[in-house]
Amino acid sequence: MSIPTTNKQAVEIGKANKRKYMLEKLSSRIFLICALLSVITLLLIIGFVFYKGAHPFVAGGYSFIDFIFGTDWVPSEDKFGIFPMIVASIFATIGALIIGVPIGLFTAIFLAEIASKRLAKIISPAIQLLAGIPSVLYGVFGLAIIIPFLQNTFGLVKGQSLLAVILVLAIMMLPTIVTVAETAIRAVPQTYREGSYALGVSQIGTIFKVIVPAAKSGIMTAIVLGLGRAIGETMAVILVAGNSLIVPTSLTDSVRPLTTNIALEMGYAFGTHQEMLFATGIVLFSFILILNFVLAKISAKGGN
Amino acid sequence: MRQFKDNLFRGLLWLSAFLSVAVLVMIVGFIFYKGIGLISFDFIFGDYSPAGGGGIWPMIVTTIYTVLISLIIATPIGILAAVYLQEYAKQGRLVRLIRFATESLTGIPSIIYGLFGAVFFVTTLKLGMSILAASLTLTIIVLPVIIRTTEEALKTVPRSYREGSLALGTTKLQTLYKVILPSSMPGILSGIILSVGRIVGESAAIFLTAGTVAAMPDSILSSARTLTVHSYLVTQEAGDIELAAAVGIVLIVIILAINLSATYISKKFNRATNK
Amino acid sequence: MEQLKEGKSIINVRDLNLFYGEKQALFGVDLAIHEKEVTALIGPSGCGKSTFLRTLNRMNDLIDGVKITGDIVINHEDIYKTNDVIKLRTKVGMVFQKPNLFPMSIYDNVAYGPRMQGIKNKKELNNIVEESLRSAAIWDEVKDRLKTSALGLSGGQQQRVCIARAIAMKPDIILMDEPTSALDPISTLKIEELITNMKEDYTIVIVTHNMQQAARVSDKTAFFLNGEIVEYDDTDNIFSTPQDQRTEDYVTGRFG
Repeated sequence: MSIPTTNKQAVEIGKANKRKYMLEKLSSRIFLICALLSVITLLLIIGFVFYKGAHPFVAGGYSFIDFIFGTDWVPSEDKFGIFPMIVASIFATIGALIIGVPIGLFTAIFLAEIASKRLAKIISPAIQLLAGIPSVLYGVFGLAIIIPFLQNTFGLVKGQSLLAVILVLAIMMLPTIVTVAETAIRAVPQTYREGSYALGVSQIGTIFKVIVPAAKSGIMTAIVLGLGRAIGETMAVILVAGNSLIVPTSLTDSVRPLTTNIALEMGYAFGTHQEMLFATGIVLFSFILILNFVLAKISAKGGN
Repeated sequence: MRQFKDNLFRGLLWLSAFLSVAVLVMIVGFIFYKGIGLISFDFIFGDYSPAGGGGIWPMIVTTIYTVLISLIIATPIGILAAVYLQEYAKQGRLVRLIRFATESLTGIPSIIYGLFGAVFFVTTLKLGMSILAASLTLTIIVLPVIIRTTEEALKTVPRSYREGSLALGTTKLQTLYKVILPSSMPGILSGIILSVGRIVGESAAIFLTAGTVAAMPDSILSSARTLTVHSYLVTQEAGDIELAAAVGIVLIVIILAINLSATYISKKFNRATNK
Repeated sequence: MEQLKEGKSIINVRDLNLFYGEKQALFGVDLAIHEKEVTALIGPSGCGKSTFLRTLNRMNDLIDGVKITGDIVINHEDIYKTNDVIKLRTKVGMVFQKPNLFPMSIYDNVAYGPRMQGIKNKKELNNIVEESLRSAAIWDEVKDRLKTSALGLSGGQQQRVCIARAIAMKPDIILMDEPTSALDPISTLKIEELITNMKEDYTIVIVTHNMQQAARVSDKTAFFLNGEIVEYDDTDNIFSTPQDQRTEDYVTGRFG
């Protein structure tokens, strides 16, 4: 061998390349900072909302138990109980799920399995589009159509009620559920269908025994996403809820869910009253976090 | 018996689909039916008059402001954050933390963003109820959307492009802006367009941070109303369904245009990559 | 290692070990590659020949968790000590398994590398592009459509433009990672012809699955097995009188 392979000393890096390496380092730092911004904002949001919301309980001598289970919300008399709102939020969400999930899911199955390609091609994009319509408009629709309908049907003096909230939320979650579930069902491999048909199972039997179970995790995601939309909705709900501060005992009672409480009073609240609205936000936030946790679990399962 | 059950379920499927479509057609039909009478050139381009009969130009301008300001801030940050996650980061705890934060931000309801915006941007940073405070709040709302769509777009760029470029003695940065970003631009663009839809449709967070002043904003530090907030307020305060529906028509047309352009871009994109 | 005939070595590898995390993929590789010759790396898939090739221009740096010990000296510089990857890669070009032209025009693809090095002069770029395409024996086929998308070319044409793109950097060495495995036989033949002509100006290291190809185009051949070099010799010797039983088994097609 003509050239001995002894280790050579590191040769000076050229000037032009030195600049490039510096730029490399600088840019990767900037990218990192941008990525960290989402962590920072999340921490800021949690920090500010929790700091404000926890203040009355930590420093003001208010009882958190009374806050959660108290039934009176009279800020002028220093009474802050959000139990009626918690109940209203939970009932409204569950009610919307009971109506919205089966209809949304069945619609998704219809579009993916039953409808002709031509029909599905018209309906699916239309439903996708409806997912993007501002939620306020659902509220306007609820106020103008659903509320008079309920008044006439049930002979109510005031149509604003838990039932109205449930109907508006159910309609609002439909596009989300249909779109996500349809995608999940379409993703089920054709071989599953063929295998089931080959065993002499009918189309309907195949759908409910084979395809829906196979698309289970995607369908769960659809439901949780729809749920998230329902539980967080504010402005549309204000328009149809009636906003009374009672623990609802019937579907026709006027209610005030957690979100609307914040939006209705934030404009003029200050001091402890404002902090209590942040505390209301914390409760709502906890609901969402639990929901996110469930979603993460489900999608992790789906990944396997 | 099985025949009966099959028919029953088949009927239920048809019924559900019919119900969904009917209800959704009803909503759009209702908005157009109620609102179309008010739509005119003066309604769209005229100044607002509290006495009634005026236009919604101030709300359109406010909406445009919020869209522009939020995107000017969120787009570069979101794209660069996605670039970091996809191109630079070594998979590990830090990336998992960033991903977790991004996903959590996606799930937070807008009223909570509104609370945060009200205490942080409006009060702590002393921006007051203003277009700027609302836009900054909206920036946080759309940031995860832009990060996620950009990440998806970056994932579609073949590894071989990166290798091909780096093997020619280019830096990662050069590879990024000469090869990777141009190839993923359509995906990034449709993410940005979707964010526009999210901003235009947002109400609760804006309500708590921009206030409700129904007048042409003097500057981005003025309090003002967007179209959605206007639609809400005229319903809530005056019960003026027709006006709310007319604003609704404008909103639906905007959303439709946004969706169509996003579809157009992604179609073009697919054609380009299939070649 | 056996003594090789004449030639001046341009790449010297000494005791190279490579680890993917815990797993070792290369074991004490020693190799001297001679200037202006074609060296073929052969062996069954997973034997480490591609991994080895990618250490020569540090493409393995892109993979998380790769660790390397030993020395690779190219043109008197230890490439893992000098740490100037940009310079290394401008001197050691690479052609990949599948053509990987960028979604730009043919011209922009070939001019890409030089432009990134800061060459802006139009005339200079024109010259580089023409020369490179001529050297890659594709000029006549594409000269009228330089401004059209490179992705409209056939696979074989694309691969020759990839070679032109590498040549445009005026490298000393060109690494080829199974450059014809995605091509039809006629395109393959054209590329082999090209490789034979190119060795006047370049040192070429080529990984190939195809033993006939190694026999046709290369001067030296190294046989890899399980991350080690079993035998390295003149190509004629490897295929006619291999010293090691395993080499003989492989080149006669008994396994792989």
